[in-house]
Formats: sequence, structure tokens, C-alpha cells
Amino acid sequence: MTAFVNSLGIILYATLVYTTPLLYAALGSCFSEVSGVVNIGIEGMMTAGAFTGTVVAYFTGNPWIGFLCGGLAGAFFGMLHATATVKLGADQTIAGTAINMLGPGIVIMIAKVLFDSTDTIPLTATQKIPKLFTGAFDTTTVFGRFMDNVFATYASTYLVFAAVILVWFVFYKTRFGLRLRACGEHPQACETLGINVIAMRFLCVCLSGFLSGLGGACVTMTISTQFRPISIVGQGFIAIAAVIFGKFKPHGALIGCLLFGFCSGLKVVLGGSSGVDMQLLSMIPYVVTVIVLILFVGKSHVPAANGKPYVKSK
Amino acid sequence: MIKKKGLLDFISENTFIHILLSIVLGFLVGAIFLAVMGLSVGAAYGRLLNSVTSLKGFSYVVVYSVPYIVAGLSVAFSFKTGVFNIGAEGQFVMGSMAAAIVGILLPDLPKPVLIPLCFLAAMAVGALWGVIVATLKIKRGINEVLSMIMFNWIAFYLSNFIAGIPAIHNTGSAEATKNISANASMLFSKDFIKSAGLAPTANWGILVAIVVMMIVWFVIEKTTLGYELKAVGSNRFAAEYGGINVNRSILTALAISGALGGLAGALQLMGMGGRISVFSSQEGFGFAGIVVALMGCSNPFGVFIAGLFYGALIYGGSKLNLVGAPTQLINVIVGTVVFFIAISVIFRYVKFLKKKPKESPRPAAPAPGKEVAEK
Repeated sequence: MTAFVNSLGIILYATLVYTTPLLYAALGSCFSEVSGVVNIGIEGMMTAGAFTGTVVAYFTGNPWIGFLCGGLAGAFFGMLHATATVKLGADQTIAGTAINMLGPGIVIMIAKVLFDSTDTIPLTATQKIPKLFTGAFDTTTVFGRFMDNVFATYASTYLVFAAVILVWFVFYKTRFGLRLRACGEHPQACETLGINVIAMRFLCVCLSGFLSGLGGACVTMTISTQFRPISIVGQGFIAIAAVIFGKFKPHGALIGCLLFGFCSGLKVVLGGSSGVDMQLLSMIPYVVTVIVLILFVGKSHVPAANGKPYVKSK
Repeated sequence: MIKKKGLLDFISENTFIHILLSIVLGFLVGAIFLAVMGLSVGAAYGRLLNSVTSLKGFSYVVVYSVPYIVAGLSVAFSFKTGVFNIGAEGQFVMGSMAAAIVGILLPDLPKPVLIPLCFLAAMAVGALWGVIVATLKIKRGINEVLSMIMFNWIAFYLSNFIAGIPAIHNTGSAEATKNISANASMLFSKDFIKSAGLAPTANWGILVAIVVMMIVWFVIEKTTLGYELKAVGSNRFAAEYGGINVNRSILTALAISGALGGLAGALQLMGMGGRISVFSSQEGFGFAGIVVALMGCSNPFGVFIAGLFYGALIYGGSKLNLVGAPTQLINVIVGTVVFFIAISVIFRYVKFLKKKPKESPRPAAPAPGKEVAEK
């Protein structure tokens, strides 16, 4: 029993840690997609954030400045994507593909200049994002150890769950959110009501870059301690998948991210000890997603104007 | 007002010119990065050019290009038919593994039987990967981009898993499959390679790529099937109204696209690798296929050229560290090229350079003129 509670605690801990970066990026993806802009450049934006976050934290010694700069680096690439797709009416898939090449390309080149290597120098414990509630629980009891495992976790995890609630509130309870959703459904109607669709979408794509950047920074500042070219590989696409899975809703994306996070956590915990093949174990989240889609989710409502460049009528 | 078409009009209207301009801008941005890093632009680009223009270098480029060209054709085919085959990566991996299994388990079949068999296995499995996604979309309305991303990862781990099965796994210490039978290899004979001074992996895969390119072009442009698929791609509802079975079209399109993706994997294996390693992250041939398809404007001939260009950059880029420049420069250059192709609408504004500034530009471009004119 004790062993079971311990394992459960560790699995939940790992789930939360692995969910966090995906969730930031997924919230970002929500902003962009719901406002009507397909953003497959999330991957590139996360990579930029991951690198910038670690480097700034390494040089300033302050993880929060690093974390914020990671977000800003993502926002920079978000701005590039917004300029191309929203201002210039570029094909959103092509522009996103370009971002996915430019982001990693540029940061790895900078890494070569700064560190003479594609990897950054590992962060020390104080340069990483701090954990909250360490020592708040009595770890001599089974229950205390469980609570310590689960709740003594990185501050970024607490932040992202607060962010989900905030984004949900903004989307469904504010005027801004109503306008945002309308831009993705029927931009022409918005324009006739005096909403500046171009400005709205531009802002949302930048925000999506910012959140993706934060997600990237989480990977290198919590899960690992350094940036490597394979730090992000694939996580941006998983975040996008989580959003489609969650039917383009922030709370839906939360469930999608938790699913992937839980499977990653399970993999980490079971990986070493059990006799299950690592490769098959790693496949679980993707197979489970497909099964869940077939059985429960089915068709998701894509914002009607998603992917279509908005042309302002003159 | 009737005016003669000048050079500026030509530049602003020709897609091919737009792509050339994008490439120039890509290299320009690359040069800026090199300069900022304090590296010699001449040395780096000179190295890039040198390494791809010698006979041996060029044969490397051709060898490198084959999988990019065929993966590019796979994605381009899907673009033409209105689906975005972001799953080429998974189809590539599965095709490669299918060809490897056939090439390892049936080593004694003669070359003329074994090689087509490997191709067929790869194409069948690739097509299957596409058909699964298409079926999920048609029967359950599941977003194809989402399921393709999932199936890319399933393929990745499945390939790693199969590579670990004792019958397939390398008998040595390498974390890889056994080498495929010599009868499944497409390499030229060692003597020929030596006497001609070609790359050690020189093979006749490029001929397959050319044939595939011709077939894809023929199917898209000259057959009823291609017409129907294109019709669905340009307007699903109009096509349906015109009596085309849209669901069947999506299924066919993804099956063909998947088969091409799988074939690309087989060509990579049988032309270069000879075996499949256990990877720690996706190799990205399928994602490169997206880039190649975009650079080639989804036109089969364009994709062929774009694939050669991409292969040249990848091979040349691998030599960049000899002059102290990072290999990643290639990603920056290609990323910039793709970015400018995405916003190639700005090139249409070239023709307004000669007009009076007072006139407001109003081209057919889908962008508000003001912002662009300020650029």
C-alpha cells in the first residue's frame, strides 16, 4: 500500500511536470486558432522560448527574467507569423512551416556562438524555476510524502493552471473573448460591427507566440536544466493536437494536455523498473488519443474562418 | 490606360521569379547572420558552392535529394487535392521499415524481384497509413491533421520497436536493424563508383524519382482521377454538386500520397542507409517534404528541382563546419526562403515602384495595400 501511494504520488508529480509546457503552448494555440489563424509554428516558437529562457536565466541568474524572456522570444516569432499571415495574407501553413525552421535554426546558431556547442550550459538549482511548498509537508508519513510529491512542484505549474482559468474567463466571460471568437467564426460580420479584425488577430497570434515561448522555457527550466536541439522536438505538434482534441476550447485543451502529460509521466515512472518495452510504452499516449477520438470525441467544430486570410473590404 | 508590360510587371507576376527572389533573400539573410557572427560570408558560401559542384559532390547531392524529392511529391500531391499531408513523416518511417523487413527476411530473392517487392511493401504500408487517417476522417469526422500527428509518432515508436525484434535487430552492437540484403540494394557496383569517382552511396534512385515525378504529373494533369481530386481540392462543395464522391476522393488522395511517402522511405533505405537505426527523435524527412513541396509550388517538376536544391543545401551544409560556420545556417536560409514564398504577395508590389506614390496600390493580392506599401 505504501509503495502504491508513493508510486501514485510520483506519477502525479511527473504528470503535472510534463503537462505544464504542453498546456502553455496549447493555450497559445487556442488564442491563435480561435481568432482564425492556423499556427503550426508553435513548435518553432517553443524552441525559441526554450533557448532564450535558459540562456537569460544562465546569464542573469534569475529564472523569472529568463522565463519572461522565453515568452518574449516566442512572441517575436509570433509577430513574424502574424505579420505574414494577418497583415500580408500569407498562406498560414507555409508561414508556420517557415517559423518551424527559422526558430530552431536561429537559436541553435546563437548557441554555437555563445557556447561553442549546440547545447547550453546546465542551469544550477537556483537558476531553475523554483518549486513551491517544499518542506510544507511532513514527509515522514505516507500521506505527507504523497502530498509532498504532488504539490511541492514548480511554480510554473501553478501558474499555468491559473492561466487556464484566466483564459477560459477571457474567452467566455468578457467582451474581448466574444470578439475574439467572433473573429474566427465570421470576420466580415465583426468588421461591420466595428471590430478591427486585423488588429485582433495580430494580437492573438502574438499572444500565442508568447505562451508557446513560456511553454518552451518550462521544458528547459524545469524538466531538464539545459537547452539541446532535441529539447522540444514534437511537443509543439502535440500541443496543437491537444487543442484539436479539446475542440478548440481552453478547458478541452487542458484535458488533452493532461492525457499526454499523464502518459509521459507513466513512461518515466514505469520505464526503468517494469518489463514493458520502452518503445511500446512510449506509443501509448498517441494510441490512446486515437482511441479516445474514435470512441468519444469525433468531429470537432473548427472555427469557421480558421485558416482563411481575412481580406478587408474597401 | 494601356501600357506595355515592363520588367517590373514581369517580376511582379511570375511565380517562378518570386521563388528565385525568395531564394536570393534567403541567402542574403544567411549572409547577414554570418556577418553578425563574425564569419566570412565568402568562405562559407564558397564552401557551400564548392562542395556541391564537383562531380563527387554533385553525386552526393543527387543521392541526398531522392528521398526529399519523393517525399515532396507526396506532400505536393496532397496539396493539389486539398488535404495537408503532415503525416508524410510517419508514412516515410513505415515505408522504410516495411522495405527493411522484406529486404532482411527474404535475402535470397534475385534483385529484379526483391527490389520491386521492397517498393511494393513500402508503398502498401505507406498507403495504409494514409488510408487509416482518411477513414477516421470520413467515418468519424476526426481532424486529419490531429490523427496524422498521432500516427507520425506511432510510426516512430513502432519502427524503433520493430528494430529491436531479434529477427530484425542487428547482430552487432549497433542499435539498428540488420543490413538489408545486397539484392535489395540500389547502389551502383563498387568498381563503377570507384572508376567514375562518384560518392560511395551513388545509386539509381534518382531514376525512380524521375519516373515517379512523371507519373504524378500525368495523374494530376491528364487523368479523370486527377481532375476529380483537383476539383475536390479547389472546392469540395462544387465538386460534390458536380457528382464527385468527395469521401472516396479524400481516401484515394491520401492513399496515393501515403504510398509516395512510403516509397520515399524505401528509396532512402535502399539507396543510402542499408539499415534503420533506433532513433531518439524524428528524422524529419516527411517535414522536409513539406518544405520541398512548398518551394516547388506543388508542381511535380518544381518539386523535383526544389528537392535537388534542398539536397544540395543539406549536403553542402554538412560541410559548413569545415570553415567554422554552423550547419544550422541551412535551416535559417531555407526557413527564410519558405517565409518569403509565404509572403510572396509582397513581390507583386514591385510594379508599383514606378508609379506615382499618390496612387493607392490595388492589386489582386489578398492583402490590404497600405501595410505592404510601407515595407
